[in-house]
Amino acid sequence: MRLETEWLAERWETMTLIRRAEERIAEMVESGEVRCPCHLYIGQEAVAAGVCAALTAADTIWGGHRSHGHYLAKGGSLAGLFGEVLLKVTGCAGGRGGSMHLAAPEVGVPGTVPIVAGTIPLAAGAAFAYKLRGEDTVAVAFFGDGALEEGHVHESMNLAALYRLPLVLICENNLYASHLHWSERRVADNLDRAGEFHSVPGEQVDGNDVVAVHAAARSAVERARSGDGPTLIECRTFRWRGHVGASFDLDVGVERRGELVEWLPRDPVRRLADQLVERGVVDLAQREQAINARIDSAVEDARAAQQPAPHVERQEALCAR
Amino acid sequence: MRTLTYAQAIREAHAQMLELDARVFVIGQGLWSPWYAGASLEGLDREFGCARVVDTPVSENAVTGMAVGAALAGLRPIVFHPRMDFMLLAMDPIVNQAANWSYLFGGHGASCGDVPLVIRAVINRGGEQGAQHSQALHAMFMHVPGLKVVMPSTPADAKGLLMAAMADPGPVLYIDDRWLYAERGEVVAEPFTVTIGEAVVRRGGSDITLIGISWMAAECMRAAGILEREGIGAEVIDLRSLKPWDKEMVAASVSRTGRAVVADGGWRTAGASADIAAEIAERCFADLTAPVRRVTLPDAPAPANRAQEQAYYPGAEQIAAAARAVLTGGADGRTKRAAA
Repeated sequence: MRLETEWLAERWETMTLIRRAEERIAEMVESGEVRCPCHLYIGQEAVAAGVCAALTAADTIWGGHRSHGHYLAKGGSLAGLFGEVLLKVTGCAGGRGGSMHLAAPEVGVPGTVPIVAGTIPLAAGAAFAYKLRGEDTVAVAFFGDGALEEGHVHESMNLAALYRLPLVLICENNLYASHLHWSERRVADNLDRAGEFHSVPGEQVDGNDVVAVHAAARSAVERARSGDGPTLIECRTFRWRGHVGASFDLDVGVERRGELVEWLPRDPVRRLADQLVERGVVDLAQREQAINARIDSAVEDARAAQQPAPHVERQEALCAR
Repeated sequence: MRTLTYAQAIREAHAQMLELDARVFVIGQGLWSPWYAGASLEGLDREFGCARVVDTPVSENAVTGMAVGAALAGLRPIVFHPRMDFMLLAMDPIVNQAANWSYLFGGHGASCGDVPLVIRAVINRGGEQGAQHSQALHAMFMHVPGLKVVMPSTPADAKGLLMAAMADPGPVLYIDDRWLYAERGEVVAEPFTVTIGEAVVRRGGSDITLIGISWMAAECMRAAGILEREGIGAEVIDLRSLKPWDKEMVAASVSRTGRAVVADGGWRTAGASADIAAEIAERCFADLTAPVRRVTLPDAPAPANRAQEQAYYPGAEQIAAAARAVLTGGADGRTKRAAA
């Protein structure tokens, strides 16, 4: 029981780290200090935390434009994140990418890209490599509900099922693709069944419940490791902030204001904190202070770091290798 | 030395790399079929197994993306597109992902962020196949930073450039042409590489430089033979690599001859020939005695009808005619600077 409580507390720490880091980024966006496009993950933290807790350091995760949370949950550094959103040389992509291009290969984050669903075939390819080499490594693709409207996701699911690849597909259904509500894009609410035609089993879980997300992810990862192929998990959640930037995007969608009122009380971080308090954990405030101190320090370091030099020749050399 | 056909040379490069390097695998459409790749992949599945020679469903985008991901995970994939036209469905993994990756995500250690990927595309022109089974789209890809593009014209280069592409740490687009598959030439039996970015002078000459790409390099050689009988000494440069292309060798030759014809089997507007001609103008302006001419496809889709095909595809005769026009100042009244 104590072990389980500590495990939950660690998940809460990961989720709180993501929440506070992103709130800081939101402030820096509003003040104009961060200018690159930032797609915030606030409200969805249980998905990254629950899934990444089911992975080893060797397992890889592949993400999209909204990947701060995945990067941090897999162990990417705060210094790399803040350096990158400020486009400094200390950024995890050397200040060449910005918020949408995060990487921490040493902990299994090869790179995130903003082309919707662009990394899903790449994740399948990494899984293909693990299988060909006889490793028990797993690749996990994180993507939003909008990604399932891209054709190559279906190609990838078929290929992954056909070759029984160690791939886990995590669809974070936050109800919106950019500004469009799901009901403006699809007839039926059935994303968990998107893999059926390709023989990829699917499951829907409460994406704001880290325990439920983790349980589903763990089964899917075990299935992948044992050679039984890919699984699709639809994590039903909601992004509080807008598609991009710090606002709440109340000017789009079907009834976004009402949805927000409905979803805010389902706050995944608060839910977990309440459970921990019930279990007798008394030091959440101290743990949060420590997290805030780490963020303060990373922000200060990133502010002090150098800008990349504007050398065209160096840029040319980097892509000519 | 023994001779091989162009297609056999491609197959030999595959077989030797599959034998030498456990990281190499081939994936794409038609690999288990005798008729997609001609002799260029014949029997590789039986020799190396279907786990490393993987015939796929018609899913160009995801299959190419998988090859990118496998390369990032440490394998050395060759992703095969038996008709380049279909490869357009894979633009995202090629242009957005493979080409950008090392620029964005390099810098995390030795080979981290490398995409050691070969994308092999075949041009299938002619044969009444029409507008979507015949396109030569190399110029689109040489436009993209981060991609290398090679187009061999001889059996030896077909092998050497493929082995170089496989050894390269970055993504290389290797384009071969079905019209060259039966060409025969000497090929070293052992594994070897041809340096990407190095052109080759196929024959010397002092009156004019003919710069050819892929099958148009072969046509340039035939054109040089025609011109020789007329007393014109044409130097032929086979470019072999399009990105990077050998600007130094071309500039040195054109500065010496003072005249150039660029022959490319792609379209004219914003084609490979346009870049080459522009570079010649920048580097050799003072040495040019006549304007550079280009021999290309017209800016029109490939026809299907055989007579129309014959009019559409230029060859040695058109290259020779362009060379004569450069040497005489041309029928359009443009005069040589030297004579002015």
